[in-house]
Amino acid sequence: MATKASRSAARWMISPSVVLLLGWMIVPLALTLYFSFLRYNLLMPGDNPFVGWENYYWFVTDPSFSDAMVNTLILVGGILLITTIGGIGLALLLDRPMFGQGIIRIMVIAPFFVMPTVSGLVWKNMMMNPVNGVLAWIASVFGAQPVDFFGDIPLLSIVLIVSWMWLPFATLILFTALQSMDQEQLEAAEMDGASWVNRFFYLILPHMARSITVVVLIQTIFLLATFAEILVTTNGGPGTATTNLTYLVYVSSLLQYDVGMGSAGGVIAIILANIVAIFLMRMIGKNLDA
Amino acid sequence: MARAVSFNKKLVNTLIVGLIGFLIFFPILWILILAFKTENDAIKAPLEVLFNTGWTLESFTTVQGRSDYFKHFSNSVIISVGSTLLGLLIAVPAAWAMAFVPGKNTRNLLMWMLSTKMLPPVGVLVPIYLIFRDLSLLDTRTGLVIVLTLMNLPIIVWMLYTYFREIPGEILEAARMDGASLKDEVLYVLAPMAIPGMASTVLLNIILAWNEAFWTLNLTSANAAPLTAFIASYSSPEGLFYAKLSAASIMAIAPILIMGWFSQKQLVRGLTFGAVK
Repeated sequence: MATKASRSAARWMISPSVVLLLGWMIVPLALTLYFSFLRYNLLMPGDNPFVGWENYYWFVTDPSFSDAMVNTLILVGGILLITTIGGIGLALLLDRPMFGQGIIRIMVIAPFFVMPTVSGLVWKNMMMNPVNGVLAWIASVFGAQPVDFFGDIPLLSIVLIVSWMWLPFATLILFTALQSMDQEQLEAAEMDGASWVNRFFYLILPHMARSITVVVLIQTIFLLATFAEILVTTNGGPGTATTNLTYLVYVSSLLQYDVGMGSAGGVIAIILANIVAIFLMRMIGKNLDA
Repeated sequence: MARAVSFNKKLVNTLIVGLIGFLIFFPILWILILAFKTENDAIKAPLEVLFNTGWTLESFTTVQGRSDYFKHFSNSVIISVGSTLLGLLIAVPAAWAMAFVPGKNTRNLLMWMLSTKMLPPVGVLVPIYLIFRDLSLLDTRTGLVIVLTLMNLPIIVWMLYTYFREIPGEILEAARMDGASLKDEVLYVLAPMAIPGMASTVLLNIILAWNEAFWTLNLTSANAAPLTAFIASYSSPEGLFYAKLSAASIMAIAPILIMGWFSQKQLVRGLTFGAVK
């Protein structure tokens, strides 16, 4: 039913979005790529000679790079583990009949709406502080030694804080998936004598598999970019204990003013994120056809 | 549920899940309480704080007095609402055209738009920072509105597209055949069906823009700093600050918490790009 006229009108309607996104993507990307091959430091004025792969070489061989990669891996992996397993559990619990389900759900979802700088600071000071924190108080009530979270286990502390923020996201999506589950099928299985464990592994889990994949992929994209929580709690320290790839690029470009080095790090971050993105896009694309 | 569930079972479920919900919600509840205490009371043991201290509004006035809180609050409002409305203005025609006049390339175009969202912000931090420096957009609200509009544009287009696609084209044709003018068609047929979807898109995007904490932290210092950046200034505090931090935090998250509770369903749809409904 689309006529030639409506087609050309459609093209005009779409073009502003396309042009803007193209500009937003291509221009900075090209510049990042270009800078990454220059010796370019804002503190050293003068010409910026082409140095080939030098920035990449120095960025990758710096010991803080391997630290940052390991930290990124632990951060993303740890948070994914906590939020997906916790999310599945919470979604199953929320799906049971209970009183005041609406209010409970609101409490569970709330952390997702807290801005990252607030979560970081509130957890660091009010919860995890070894002297005045609530967790230290709980430890002392049980006669235990309070944990010095950011002194002894800084990376794990950040994993916990960010997990707190993303658990609601996983829960909400998995709960939505669970609600579309065929109840009669479950009841039939139960009547046929399938145990709870069997029902979970053979009916519920396969039904949620798609949503779990989506949760994992989307969270990975966002978690690779974890920044504010680290900035307000540890500044990447002590040493490089909590520096992830994003934070390392921030340090080299905006704190050390090394544009070339920061750009090389940026390109590496883009490549990493793209590996995940390809899988995510394939999943979303499949759904678009359906 | 077809089966009747016994009262006791329901009660046990409520207690277990309610306790977990309470624990997850606790940090927010705790700052809500500390915000109404004096600094000296706020660092006391939790039970003491709860049962042995008075209530005061002192922290809220201190926070405002120390560094013009409402300036940062209004920055947040302007940046999040501004970027959302600007994004909507650009995205509505695009989503509309893709939903009602789909072509061969619509699918690829949508996927490509989505892929720009997968770009890690840190990958373009350096060029954006330098471009902003040269255009003197650093620490301006205009600059942040531009960045956040572009950042969220793919999500806005996608959400609107999935909503518009659910509007049956036949209704429009029927209206046209019944003699509705273009104005009538848009006003009385399209708008009522499109507005709910647009409203949820706006809501979700204001939330995302309000909480955005990469660009807002890196591109602002004092003038244009929204609440994300203002709160970050408490990471190097002077003296006792628990009550002040709580008061500032509560004011920063309250509007978004309330909006968020209204948009739970749309949140799933928006953040999974329609992959989970």
